[in-house]
Amino acid sequence: MAAATALEAVAPTGALWGLVQDFVMGQQEGPADQVAADVKSGSYTVLQVVEALGSSLENPEPRTRARGVQLLSQVLLQCHSLLLEKEVVHLILFYENRLKDHHLVIPSVLQGLRALSLCVALPPGLAVSVLKAIFQEVHVQSLPQVDRHTVYNIITNFMRTREEGPFVEELFEVTSCYFPIDFTPPPNDPHGIQREDLILSLRAVLASTPRFAEFLLPLLIEKVDSELLSAKLDSLQTLNACCAVYGQKELKDFLPSLWASVRREVFQTASERVEAEGLAALNSLTACLSRSVLRADAEDLLDSFLSNILQDCRHHLCEPDMKLVWPSAKLLQAAAGASARACDHITSNVLPLLLEQFHKHSQSNQRRTILEMILGFLKLQHKWSYEDKDERPLSGFKDQLCSLIFMALTDASTQLQLVGIRTLTVLGAQPDLLSPGDLELAVGHLYRLSFLEEDSQSCRGAALEASGTLASLYPVAFSSHLVPKLAEELCVEESDMARGCGPTKCSRHLRCLQALSAISTHPSIVQETLPLLLQHLCQMNKGNMAAGTSEVIAVCQSLQQVAEKCQRDPESCWYFHQTAIPCLLSLAVQASMPEKEHSFLKKVLLEDEVLAAMVSVIGTATTHLSPDLAARSVAHIVPLFLDGNVSFLPENSFPGRFQPFQDGSSGQRRLVALLMAFVCSLPRNVEIPQLNQLMRELLELSCCHNCPFSSTAAAKCFAGLLNKHPAGQQLDEFLQLAMDKVEAGLSSGPYRSQAFTLLLWITKALLLRYHPLSSCLTDRLMGLLSDPELGPAAADGFSLLMSDCTDVLTRAGHAEVRLMFRQRFFTDNVPALVRGFHAAPQDVKPNYLKGLSHVLNRLPKPVLLPELPTLLSLLLEALSCPDSVVQLSTLSCLQPLLLEAPQVMSLHVDTLVTKFLNLSSSPSMAVRIAALQCMHALTRLPTPVLLPYKPQVIRALAKPLDDKKRLVRKEAVLARGEWFLLGSPGS
Amino acid sequence: MVGGGGGSVGGGLLENANPLIYERSGERPVTAGEEDEQVPDSIDAREIFDLIRSINDPEHPLTLEELNVVEQVRVQVSDPESTVAVAFTPTIPHCSMATLIGLSIKVKLLRSLPQRFKMDVHITPGTHASEHAVNKQLADKERVAAALENTHLLEVVNQCLSARS
Repeated sequence: MAAATALEAVAPTGALWGLVQDFVMGQQEGPADQVAADVKSGSYTVLQVVEALGSSLENPEPRTRARGVQLLSQVLLQCHSLLLEKEVVHLILFYENRLKDHHLVIPSVLQGLRALSLCVALPPGLAVSVLKAIFQEVHVQSLPQVDRHTVYNIITNFMRTREEGPFVEELFEVTSCYFPIDFTPPPNDPHGIQREDLILSLRAVLASTPRFAEFLLPLLIEKVDSELLSAKLDSLQTLNACCAVYGQKELKDFLPSLWASVRREVFQTASERVEAEGLAALNSLTACLSRSVLRADAEDLLDSFLSNILQDCRHHLCEPDMKLVWPSAKLLQAAAGASARACDHITSNVLPLLLEQFHKHSQSNQRRTILEMILGFLKLQHKWSYEDKDERPLSGFKDQLCSLIFMALTDASTQLQLVGIRTLTVLGAQPDLLSPGDLELAVGHLYRLSFLEEDSQSCRGAALEASGTLASLYPVAFSSHLVPKLAEELCVEESDMARGCGPTKCSRHLRCLQALSAISTHPSIVQETLPLLLQHLCQMNKGNMAAGTSEVIAVCQSLQQVAEKCQRDPESCWYFHQTAIPCLLSLAVQASMPEKEHSFLKKVLLEDEVLAAMVSVIGTATTHLSPDLAARSVAHIVPLFLDGNVSFLPENSFPGRFQPFQDGSSGQRRLVALLMAFVCSLPRNVEIPQLNQLMRELLELSCCHNCPFSSTAAAKCFAGLLNKHPAGQQLDEFLQLAMDKVEAGLSSGPYRSQAFTLLLWITKALLLRYHPLSSCLTDRLMGLLSDPELGPAAADGFSLLMSDCTDVLTRAGHAEVRLMFRQRFFTDNVPALVRGFHAAPQDVKPNYLKGLSHVLNRLPKPVLLPELPTLLSLLLEALSCPDSVVQLSTLSCLQPLLLEAPQVMSLHVDTLVTKFLNLSSSPSMAVRIAALQCMHALTRLPTPVLLPYKPQVIRALAKPLDDKKRLVRKEAVLARGEWFLLGSPGS
Repeated sequence: MVGGGGGSVGGGLLENANPLIYERSGERPVTAGEEDEQVPDSIDAREIFDLIRSINDPEHPLTLEELNVVEQVRVQVSDPESTVAVAFTPTIPHCSMATLIGLSIKVKLLRSLPQRFKMDVHITPGTHASEHAVNKQLADKERVAAALENTHLLEVVNQCLSARS
């Protein structure tokens, strides 16, 4: 029995012995994994492995010893978690001793120590002992790269247990010698290590512990002063990272030098990145000082640090014309942005100074600089919330700030006014700061700026935007002080208009509408502005005032903007919808009635552009409705169009019936566009009543012959509904009906063009949702490219297929739009287009090129790049096409490719130079501009490829310098300037 | 052409470390006339100013416009007569960069204007100690050509004319 047990024990040990021999003497790699696996499975212990290795570890030949240690290390790397504390102690003693061995053995020894550094069971103190042994026996800095890496791994592993104490300086020395990283990856580097990876890893080590501070900070101060931009940036970023773990103690002795370095860099640099990193470092330093927990007796360094900054910067703030004014302000703001305390300290010092300086300087541009600085400091206040009203640092300055802002708002300089407006907005956003009196004054100024001032467009825009922001915070102030003025303005207009005061009246009118929509940012204000706008539209209808197309459109645009602002709030959204839409429909239906005496507005309301403006109001007012509210609305609107049920309209005593789909007048048919705007914006799950009938009516109307506006609206509406309809039998039926209609129309006769439009919109609807039938429809469209009558329209149709619509089939309107539909269309159809081009007769080839141009133009460039080699020859041919649309589209397609794929393009440099230069004298200005932009982009090709052409190009580009159009000359100057720099020193 | 070999560019102490700075004018707004294919736009003072305002100063990370070295009012142009005159104002009367700045303006105009133009680049009268000498050098075609053969000078000029990254 005993013998048997002994035999069993010997047998596996025998196998182990064999494996060890194979590895050490046989130089085979496989056995290492086998041994490790056996140890893991418990077949033998680590001790047994050591015993089996016995003789190899003592072999006089260093290579054999190295192999032996290697095996042990590899096993340990896989099994370190199984080791007991006692085993770890023995193994570490063994490995420490081996560090004295031959240099061939060292790499494997380090691997073993790395395995042990991962042990959970590492007894305290041993990490110190291992590091001590390594630093004593091995000169780490001169090890090969791989082994240095191992040492850093060991250090990093130990760092986790924070035992670096006795070795801080040694550890710092062996890591900091790489700082700053200067590394360029070798070409074809299989590891793909980038310079940035190394920078980040080293930074992680250097900034890992506050104990490095006394060594690292002097190094950083030295390297910030380096000539190399990258070294400066790296130093500043590392300083920034250190501040996350440092405290007041670590920074104390270095603060004056650190501040001096940061200040010098920000003051002197030409590089925005250095400036940004300098400011970020200062921000972190201040934040670090702000959060340090102090002992009772310690001095708070934050105050003295900030005082230092103030002392060095404040006098520059008093020289608003000089170069250093902005760097100084930015430094102060970077520090103030670090903590509430820092912000308080700096603001309370700087604000009185700036307020005083504003009054000392009288020139507008100087005042503007000072106010811009004040604005910067005010913006920082938002970062901190103050519990107590009296604690807010701005409370004491409120009156002075307000009077200063109002001075700026009344200044003659637009630039100063603009900064004044921005400052007012920021101050207004401070909770509970402005008094009702301040607000009344502010509203008065904004009214004047957005309304009465004649000259400045930009100022008016800014004043309107500020009004919108402030109105959402202070609706009462705007309701009581601004809305009545605007309402009055609209009325005054009506009686004044008769006296014919001309265009200035019109523009005042327009401004009034813009102001009304701009302040509709709060539900309570919308309840006042929307009725005003609608009432105004009705007044125009009643003929109380003359109104042109543009005026009606202006009211609609204003309504649309209000609708947009209402989308955020469901209640406002419904309020707008149920107030505005019946009113608009009522006016439109009224206008479409056959009547002898037409009021002026009646004709206007049915014009294409006016209907388009109403379409966008209705769409915007519908997309954000909740499904149940939308269902309520749809139950009124669809019967209005199908059955002429006008009962829900506010004014519904019309002289005739409303029957847009039956034999109503052409005016009534045009209103189908409004139906389209509504039903195509509904959420997908809203059921549409009488859908079957509606679809059939739409199809009928889409092929009606005398009004392209109505038939296109019907086709779009049909397509919009088709896109959202769930797959199934009903959808298939609709499609079948539609295809029958299309084919019947296309075959011959007077409806060909309408049938084509219907086909186009249906194709788009299906394409967007990846419907299987879409490919068949696209083929049908492509076939029409060689149609003598419809060919050019088919080519332009590709533009419609690829672009985003604004009224139907939009994501906002809940249409099913797949993300990658353009890419998919490209992949599915471009090969056929190219084949079609080659097979087509000469006279229709341009249609194919144009279609292709439209597809390529809309495609994301990254998708296009891989296809370039196959398409490029076709594009180059397109450059010779006489159609200027094709030329333009091809140029705008090639221009980004020149920038992004210079290598591929450089193969064709000869053709490109010749054709671009030819096109730079095209009769079309847009083509000349695009051709010169391509000439400019050509300079991105590798310089050696371009140099042979340089003299020729510079000569040729002298001609467009004298182009009669300034916009062309501008591009010629840019292009020629770049060509001059090619291969020239200093470029 | 430039005194002292111009070795101080980019390093060392600046002659004027905290100069006065001026606002940049925005992009010229595009008018309806400019977008109309048919209407010819003549070359005017603003167009010339736009060519030179963004030239970089050889010393500062600022443009000639920001340092007020060039101003639109100091540009005289006549498109029908094909003449351009640009006066520039060095930031300080002893500015050693004056010739270099003048040369950069001249080269920019040579590269950007139709050949028919006769151009005159000079220092604003009374604003520089060696005004006469600098003007004479800038007006001398042979000296300008020779200066552009000098690799070092060409390098500095090209840097002044390169678009800021």
